[in-house]
Amino acid sequence: MTATDDAMVMVESLEFGYTSAASVLRDITLEVPRGKVVALMGGSGCGKTTLLRLISGQLRAREGRVLVAGEDMAALDREGLYRMRRRMGMLFQLGALFTDMTVFENIAFQMREHTMLPDDAVRDLVLMKLEAVGLRGAARLMPSELSGGMARRVALARAVALDPMLVLYDEPFAGLDPISLSVVGQLIRRSNDALGATSIVVTHDVQESLSIVDYVYLMAEGRIVAEGTPDAMRACEEPRVRQFIRGGMDGPVEFHYPAGDYARDLALQDIHG
Amino acid sequence: MAEQNSGAGLVVGIGGWTVAAVRRTGAATIFMLRVLAASGVSLRRVRLTLREIYFAGTLSLVIIMVSGLFVGMVLGMQGYETLQTYGSEEKLGVLVALSLVRELGPVVAALLFASRAGSAITAEIGLMKATDQLAAMEMMAVDPVARVVAPRFWGAVLSMPLLAALFSSLGILGAYLVGVSLLGVDEGAFWSQMQAAVDVRQDVLNGVVKSIVFGIGIATVATFEGFDAPPTAEGVSRATTRTVVHSSLLILALDLVLTGFMLQIWGH
Repeated sequence: MTATDDAMVMVESLEFGYTSAASVLRDITLEVPRGKVVALMGGSGCGKTTLLRLISGQLRAREGRVLVAGEDMAALDREGLYRMRRRMGMLFQLGALFTDMTVFENIAFQMREHTMLPDDAVRDLVLMKLEAVGLRGAARLMPSELSGGMARRVALARAVALDPMLVLYDEPFAGLDPISLSVVGQLIRRSNDALGATSIVVTHDVQESLSIVDYVYLMAEGRIVAEGTPDAMRACEEPRVRQFIRGGMDGPVEFHYPAGDYARDLALQDIHG
Repeated sequence: MAEQNSGAGLVVGIGGWTVAAVRRTGAATIFMLRVLAASGVSLRRVRLTLREIYFAGTLSLVIIMVSGLFVGMVLGMQGYETLQTYGSEEKLGVLVALSLVRELGPVVAALLFASRAGSAITAEIGLMKATDQLAAMEMMAVDPVARVVAPRFWGAVLSMPLLAALFSSLGILGAYLVGVSLLGVDEGAFWSQMQAAVDVRQDVLNGVVKSIVFGIGIATVATFEGFDAPPTAEGVSRATTRTVVHSSLLILALDLVLTGFMLQIWGH
């Protein structure tokens, strides 16, 4: 994508490591235009979630910048960060619903914390959000009474409770059955378009995400190795992209974690002499 | 040479353990100050704190009251046995009341409270962390220290003196049941001697101060361990164990220090 002023998120030459010795992310540059749904794809452990945490300001970059709505996330103090986060929503990998509150209270949480809305207005807004994800009837249930797919939909409704400008989804499809997976995918697309928001979806689910996103960044070993529209990614013949999109066992990404000689580990050299 | 090495290893080990313990104590103290600084929400929204008083205090009532009753009954029996040797069994009320109000009430109630409520606070906060609930709160621009930790901290601090008072009261009742109803100590002597000997400031107030300090200690350890727990099942389980062990040791150490101070101040 070419750089424009219309970007909701800009990441420039980003470097990050949890320790000074090793880098998890290297030279990441990407752009997420307003109103679009963009996927960050890649295998487990390639740094996608770390990148999402950098964009949301939970982590700070070692080098480079993350700009959200034109503001440098690393330059914000706690108050500035909180001000920014009131305009962001995030869906965590396993939902992260508050287990001591009902579904209703989970959605109402931010409204009660950040607005002075009267109870009647909060109730109406919460029921509208729940209706949008098809779970108005589950308002009084506790999170422990929900199935995995339902919990993810509630978490999605909570993430967009205050109509955020930017929604971050961390593995929204992980562990879902095919029907829930498709429902969650459609809800992400629909709520993004209805709210006029911008969405970043971190995922390793290829088929579902390619069907709902506008643009894809493919990551491997802490770098962006390919980018393009879903159609371009499907048609791409670059070996790493092809292996990831088609789920091949053999390819540039090796099946085996680096290890020593197999025969020696099994102590077979003695038998062979 | 090997002996020298193992000797040096021991010194290094002790040194490392000491540094780690001091660092952790410092971290817990800084955490407590952070909780105090973030307590505005708990004080403004009393409901949040009341809910935690219910979970920490009200739900601990049964164990505290039953334990108090039994400890009092045992004290009554033991006290009677010793006192009657000197023909002073009418002093039973004094013995039991002073033992409970000054020492046993605050200390035993605090030890029970650390096991019952402290461990629950650690486990709850630790699990909220392990399941990303605290991170989710941060992402909603809500400070988890103010919203989750501070109400639990104050819930524990406010519950502790009330539970200690109930423990002592039930203990005295237990001693009365055993001493007066069962063993035949004169009822008038039991109560009047107690009334004459127990001083509000020197005895009752000291007990209350102790229980408040223990409450702050337990609340700090329990919330710190939960907030600092590694976000795994094993991490939370270890943190819960540490809460019980560390707060119990802290209660006993604080009791020694406070008793020393109080005896010095009141010139016993």
